[in-house]
Amino acid sequence: MVKLVPLITYEDLSEIILLVKNVYDMDLSGYSKASLKRRVIRFMELEKLDLLGLKTALINTKGFYSHFIMELTVNVTEMFRDPQYYQLLNTEVMPYLASFPRLRLWSAGCSTGEEVYSLSIILQEHGLYQRSFIYGTDINARVLDTAKKGIYSLAKVKEYSDNYLKSGCKNSLSDYYTAMYEAACMPNELKEKILFSTHNLVSDGVFNEFQFISCRNVLIYFEIDLQKKVFELFDKSLALFGFLCLGSKESMIHSGLLHKYKVIDKKYNIYQKIAL
Amino acid sequence: MKKPEILCIGGSAGSYHLILDLLATIPTQFQIPLVVIIHRNERYDSKIEENLDKRIALRVKVAEDKEAIQAGTIYFAPAGYHLLIEPDFTFSLDISAPLNFCRPAIDVTFETAAEAYQDLCCGILLSGANQDGAKGLMRIHEFGGNCLVQDPVEAEISTMPQAALTLWPAHPIYTYNELKKIIIQMTYSN
Ligand SMILES: C[S@@+](CC[C@H](N)C(=O)[O-])C[C@H]1O[C@@H](n2cnc3c(N)ncnc32)[C@H](O)[C@@H]1O
Repeated sequence: MVKLVPLITYEDLSEIILLVKNVYDMDLSGYSKASLKRRVIRFMELEKLDLLGLKTALINTKGFYSHFIMELTVNVTEMFRDPQYYQLLNTEVMPYLASFPRLRLWSAGCSTGEEVYSLSIILQEHGLYQRSFIYGTDINARVLDTAKKGIYSLAKVKEYSDNYLKSGCKNSLSDYYTAMYEAACMPNELKEKILFSTHNLVSDGVFNEFQFISCRNVLIYFEIDLQKKVFELFDKSLALFGFLCLGSKESMIHSGLLHKYKVIDKKYNIYQKIAL
Repeated sequence: MKKPEILCIGGSAGSYHLILDLLATIPTQFQIPLVVIIHRNERYDSKIEENLDKRIALRVKVAEDKEAIQAGTIYFAPAGYHLLIEPDFTFSLDISAPLNFCRPAIDVTFETAAEAYQDLCCGILLSGANQDGAKGLMRIHEFGGNCLVQDPVEAEISTMPQAALTLWPAHPIYTYNELKKIIIQMTYSN
């Protein structure tokens, strides 16, 4: 008979969380358990390890831990994901951002960078790029390497063209990249105002003041208490009248901060900070 | 059959009209939280939950991230996300890669529901054109829950129920009308 019983239980998961905390001071305890457990099991299957094997390798095999952490995160992303969201950036957010003399933007949990290049393109189209600087951060150094290169599969980028058009942008996505064989390369113009760097939302603090923060499809992986903590970090990092943009299934209801934020769009979860 | 604390229904091609019919006939007193996972295109904004909510007495809504699961509510998995059930009986969403080309995947919701609710989980798998749901249903079975499969002979597209039966031939098979009766009876059993 097919054996399907889960490789590990929630108790096993707690042990792994504790081990990683004790040995590497990495705190995974605020992650949503069901998806974290699925990721751990996926990793164990990939590496053909049982629970003991996993623990042993985590403690004793050099480099194994960072490999483990990289594989735990979910890095799925797209350019112009949720076109209606980008449409709202075009109509509601960019015109307001134009009133700031200098713009600092932060994409937290940017994965392989597609979201950051999308922002870069939108800023260009609104004539705001020259006064902007975008920080793209993620906990996973491996995806940031891809982000820095800015080279994506041409087939995928062609799919993003459809997103781009639906977001009400002016040109054609192909105006922004150069196609080389099977690859689409982001040009240097789009990169020069971007800095990619590691930042852990669980343990790292404020590093600048921003007029725009987007953190999309990251908070779904966090339990409510950790979400709250991260919202506080964003609140401290956001300038007055700056914008906070979340994924289409993420909201500020559990943040305890809604008395300071105006809901710009309820469906796409765009907020503006209107009090300090 | 033990009265379940959660009822999960998965369906795809050939089962949408059944699910609509079923939800329209469920008695108002039905107190078991019901989770529906159907495959639909995330690029189209479907209003299926809103429309149903207006039409029937039970509350119908899209499951939200970190929402506590409540009795008397029918939840739909949002298009484009996997819907997971946490051990503390809340939902969480996940945008990791599709399984069998499906996101939401029935497997993901069934498996996590089984682990959270153990033998008090009931899973129903209806018509569909792919293999999604078979493994999840197996997991519900392993945790001692109840598994009901629509008769592949009757199903508009038999692939999905058939896949579940290939994995575990002993799952009980029912026609849609029988399934409907069983669900309605759950309302009054204890
Ligand atoms: C699903 S991706 C979202 C990518 C992009 N924002 C989007 O919406 O398309 C989630 C990202 O969050 C990152 N992440 C997870 N935990 C994190 C943490 N503690 N700090 C920073 N980033 C984290 C993951 O590495 C992953 O790249």
